[in-house]
Amino acid sequence: MSALLDTRALKAFYGDAQALFGIDFSLEGGELVAIIGANGAGKSTFLKSLTGLVRAPHDAIRFKGEPIGGLPPGDIVRRGLAMVPEGRRLFPSLSVEENLLMGATPARKGPWSLQRLYGLFPILAEKRNQPGTSLSGGQQQMVALGRALMSNPEVLLCDELSLGLAPIVIREIYAAMPAITAEGMTVVIVEQDVTMARQVSKRIYCFQEGRVSLEGRSADLTREQISQAYFGIAEAAHA
Amino acid sequence: MPPPIVAVERATAASRAALVVAVAIVLIAASLPFWGESSWMREFVEIACYFIFAMMWNLLAGYGGMVSIGQQAFFGFGGYVMLMLGNFAGLNPFVAIPLGALAAGLVAVPVSFVAFRLSGGYFAIGTWVIAEVFRLSFANVSAVGGGSGTTLTALRGIDKATRESTTYWMALACVVAAVALVYLFLRSKRGLALLAIRDNEVAAESQGIPVARMKLAVYVVAAFGAGLAGALYFVGNLRISPDAAFSVNWTAFAIFMVVIGGIGRIEGPLVGALIFWALNKFLSDYGTWYLLGLGLLAILVTLFFKQGLWGFAQQRWGWSLFPTQRKLLRTSPDANTFLRDRP
Amino acid sequence: MLETLVQGVLLGGLYTLFALGQSLMFGVMRLTNTAQGDFIILGAFAVIAGVSLTGASAPWLVALAVLPVAFGFGYVLQRYVLNGTLGKDPLPSLVVTFGLSIVIQNLLLELFSADPRAIETGGLSTQGIALGDAMSLGVLPLVVLAVALVATGALQWLFAHTALGRSFRAVSDDREIAELMGLSAKKVYALATAIAFVLIAIAGALQGMRTTVSPSDGPLLLLFAFEAVIIGGMGSFWGTLAGAMILGITQQIGFRLDPGWGIWFGHIVFLVVLVLRPQGLFPKTRG
Repeated sequence: MSALLDTRALKAFYGDAQALFGIDFSLEGGELVAIIGANGAGKSTFLKSLTGLVRAPHDAIRFKGEPIGGLPPGDIVRRGLAMVPEGRRLFPSLSVEENLLMGATPARKGPWSLQRLYGLFPILAEKRNQPGTSLSGGQQQMVALGRALMSNPEVLLCDELSLGLAPIVIREIYAAMPAITAEGMTVVIVEQDVTMARQVSKRIYCFQEGRVSLEGRSADLTREQISQAYFGIAEAAHA
Repeated sequence: MPPPIVAVERATAASRAALVVAVAIVLIAASLPFWGESSWMREFVEIACYFIFAMMWNLLAGYGGMVSIGQQAFFGFGGYVMLMLGNFAGLNPFVAIPLGALAAGLVAVPVSFVAFRLSGGYFAIGTWVIAEVFRLSFANVSAVGGGSGTTLTALRGIDKATRESTTYWMALACVVAAVALVYLFLRSKRGLALLAIRDNEVAAESQGIPVARMKLAVYVVAAFGAGLAGALYFVGNLRISPDAAFSVNWTAFAIFMVVIGGIGRIEGPLVGALIFWALNKFLSDYGTWYLLGLGLLAILVTLFFKQGLWGFAQQRWGWSLFPTQRKLLRTSPDANTFLRDRP
Repeated sequence: MLETLVQGVLLGGLYTLFALGQSLMFGVMRLTNTAQGDFIILGAFAVIAGVSLTGASAPWLVALAVLPVAFGFGYVLQRYVLNGTLGKDPLPSLVVTFGLSIVIQNLLLELFSADPRAIETGGLSTQGIALGDAMSLGVLPLVVLAVALVATGALQWLFAHTALGRSFRAVSDDREIAELMGLSAKKVYALATAIAFVLIAIAGALQGMRTTVSPSDGPLLLLFAFEAVIIGGMGSFWGTLAGAMILGITQQIGFRLDPGWGIWFGHIVFLVVLVLRPQGLFPKTRG
């Protein structure tokens, strides 16, 4: 079965500084894959390349068999690839409901609607007319997640859902994952919290300084393997 | 201690040659009154004013990061102060020129208190409003002729030839002084600080650079320069009026010169002033079409030659007459080893 | 005193129309249109030209016909010229709009000469409604005020209750994320300017009807528009209206005291507000 989304030797730059040095990545339909790695490893840059916010070579990224590298973000989200951006980035001038409605701009058909989101996150229904940024961190994360879901994507990318949130709130957010993946949505999460990443994902990629340092099924990888890949400590140093 | 393996180079061979040429040109120019026509001297004075004003506008916008449409406030203020000192205090107008400039620099301090409330595009228009306040204020002072203006009577006793040559030398001195001032300022540590502020204010502040003070300093220096140009202009013109002194056209021409020549580069206003002078010379008879063409040219250059025409040349061919950059040179073979893995 | 206030409010209605387009463009894309006033004058001359070309006896029809033209013109201008000037550096947009200002003024001078012109409204500009014995309110200024109120309300409604208004707010908050949602910022900006130019055309038509216009009138109108926006506070159309009213009243008071100082007084009050309350009197706070 060919991959739903894959990248081949993906390189990315911020001006003159190189952030990604050739990422090979593949994603099957219905999977939940986690990307872990230290700050600056290139995880967010990778997601931004996938969604068109960072330039990428046209053929380096393929979605549903078609090359999408370098396309404008609008085209990519219309094809069914949506992102929950790092740091939430809600629109301060818009209410909770308006933020969610913005997510529906691509007008794709699918199961997600305001009703369904309010069913999943009832607190948002309560606060629907408040300015998006007046909510707590966890609630804002729910809005950001909901906003991406409103575009009824086939692949959902989540950049650092747990950033700045208390553990109990993080669990609450991830508790919604099964409802999201229930109908076969494919999800990629970028996570700083390695434990959470191992728990919810089927496969893990570990990034280190712009390269993939480890890839495998979450159940098969040991903690030691992961921490070595995370910090980039070479095998030889142990002897 | 081993000798340094890298050295800092400031001047290019081209710029060293240019300095020699510049000194020669100034010396030749200084002799003009002895062999040239008086119309040339008058034209030079006018262009000198345009150039100094443009260079100061360039300093403010390109290096200070403050785009102003109101520098004519200081231009006119310098002119009026010079005139008032000459007509009412009996001062020699040539002495009054730097005093007018000084007055403009001083008045910039309270003005900045108001203007700095705004930033970006709104700062630009705000400075225009302030210039209008200057214009309307002077237009209502009958002692200096109100709305129709007045003449500079203090030069009445001097014969035409002497007046014209002195004005010309004064203009030449002002040009040299203005160029030297800006060039030395930008090469200094303060100049680097200014570039840092322009690139990223917050980062500069975190490095200990007193951003607010530096911006005020640039604003005052630019006002001083504008006042200098204004005082000089009206010594040459002998007649002042609020509409002429505080016209926004001054800034329009400065913008044009700097945009064509390249914002943020010292040679820019020079190249821009020369092009402007040439266009003026051959096309100003066409009146409105000429101005229309200038406007279109400024639009096209801004859209397609973002660095200005001179900046384009700098990028393309590395020309630089007034180097303020510092280039890192490899002075020994060891340098190659040290720098190998860095791009 | 009452008459001064009333005249000031009526004048404020006009200034509101000058300022709304500016407020809109700055609000959505942080673009300062220094040719705002010149475009208003261009609008007035467009109606004048239309009237003389068609020999129309109803200038209102010509004015209405100019509106869609203005819409298209604003869209194209933003899409293909001004969009290229947007960014962190305010200089390109300033220089380009300033250049446009010079181009418009000189083009109008060439086409129409410097003589002041007016749009003939068949006496409407002199009609008045008597209020008791002491005062008479001009019909045209009342019309202007009404149009200003409707325009402000309409813009406010557009922003708060429509999908387009949502796009405007989103793209102005965070352009990158708005594009991530599927918006084309380029097109959204173009629509904003298109609407701004409709407002500009309305302002121009009304200005040409209430008084004479000449090619170099633009810059002063820009300053009034700008002052209204700043006094009122950015981010709110009702704030712009309030600012315009205050400016109008201030100028009328100034004219009362001494005809030569009217506009000067308006400028001074503007500067005072700027020093004392730089965010304006009624700023819309975020989040």
